[in-house]
Amino acid sequence: MASNTPLPKIAGTTPFDGEQAQKGYALNKMCFSFNSAENRAAFQRDEEAYMRQYGLNAQQSDAIRARNVLQLIAAGGNAYYLAKFAGIFGLDMQDIGAQQTGMTKDQFKAKLVAAGQ
Amino acid sequence: MAKLIGCIGTSHIPAIGGAIHKGLQQDPYWKPFFDGFPPVREWLGRVKPDVVVMFYNDHGLNFFLDKMPTFAVGAAAQYNNADEGWGIPTLPPFKGEPDLSWQIINTLVEKEFDIVTCQEMLVDHACTLPLKLLWPEGECPVTVVPICINTVQFPLPKASRVYAMGKAVGEAIAAWDSSKTVAVIGSGGLSHQLDGERAGHINKVFDLQFMESLLTNPEWATQFSIHELVEKTGTQGVELLMWLAMRAALTTGTGAGVRKVHSNYHIPISNTATGLLALEKID
Repeated sequence: MASNTPLPKIAGTTPFDGEQAQKGYALNKMCFSFNSAENRAAFQRDEEAYMRQYGLNAQQSDAIRARNVLQLIAAGGNAYYLAKFAGIFGLDMQDIGAQQTGMTKDQFKAKLVAAGQ
Repeated sequence: MAKLIGCIGTSHIPAIGGAIHKGLQQDPYWKPFFDGFPPVREWLGRVKPDVVVMFYNDHGLNFFLDKMPTFAVGAAAQYNNADEGWGIPTLPPFKGEPDLSWQIINTLVEKEFDIVTCQEMLVDHACTLPLKLLWPEGECPVTVVPICINTVQFPLPKASRVYAMGKAVGEAIAAWDSSKTVAVIGSGGLSHQLDGERAGHINKVFDLQFMESLLTNPEWATQFSIHELVEKTGTQGVELLMWLAMRAALTTGTGAGVRKVHSNYHIPISNTATGLLALEKID
């Protein structure tokens, strides 16, 4: 079997592979910088300048402006780094989950609870 | 020779750090999770490990995509925690065990695992929270050897490879010329997915079967490809690789048997199915 045979698609899932890692490098590098409080403050002072500094492309910049997680993933974002971006706005994982699944936060939390029953 | 006493698998959701900080252990949301730990702490109080080998996955604190090792072994005298960007409190540094680090490094390379070695290594919540959950009071009484397995960027190491690596770590511990007592921790999982339209995916049936397999048939999960594990357990559920490495470490030396000390399983904490499993190695 060829090592690069495409694997069957998992619905609603984008494995962060080499293609995504290349596409999203600038975006993820910016999000990685948000480990530092100083950098988070710099982003909040001037988002546009901060995005230019990291060389985000138009798709990535639009997704950041829209605070839209699915768009950020489509632009190459990785969940672990994007979480640091979400943290700036005090969003938790249920806010993020609700946004991506088109549910309210309460609906999303109910879905999680239901998974345990 | 060093004595390998057993293993503890646990989940490591960042929000746990906030709950500990705010003292929410008995809050109705958190209680079913935190109540799993006292029986494990009681056991640890009896067997008193001196050193912990911790299989965990970094979430973008120490490693970025510029250099992403598949397996990285800590070889520091001290490991620092740091700001991860989302406001959970930073914990004090942990002491390393460089002599065991190099015993593991030398053994792994001899057995053809081409690892990365780290004399400086920031450790994130995946490494700090299990220690805080198991030893909540005062200074952490154990020294630590962190071993990081990549779950950020695909391709991830195959489950069978992770198992083989864990087994080699167990052999390194068993052959360590020391009078110290060692426990192994696997930090991650269980099923969860943070990203995409499938966010919130949880698979209770698989998780429970996986936990059971660690008791009776530890190689069970190695039959699955990474793609299959992601499909079954979610993009972050694949962190169960840490538990697999941990369990494999107990399959060597005199007596490969284990007995269950305690287990707990609760859904949800944050977006995650949480698991806890402590196994004692039987000589």
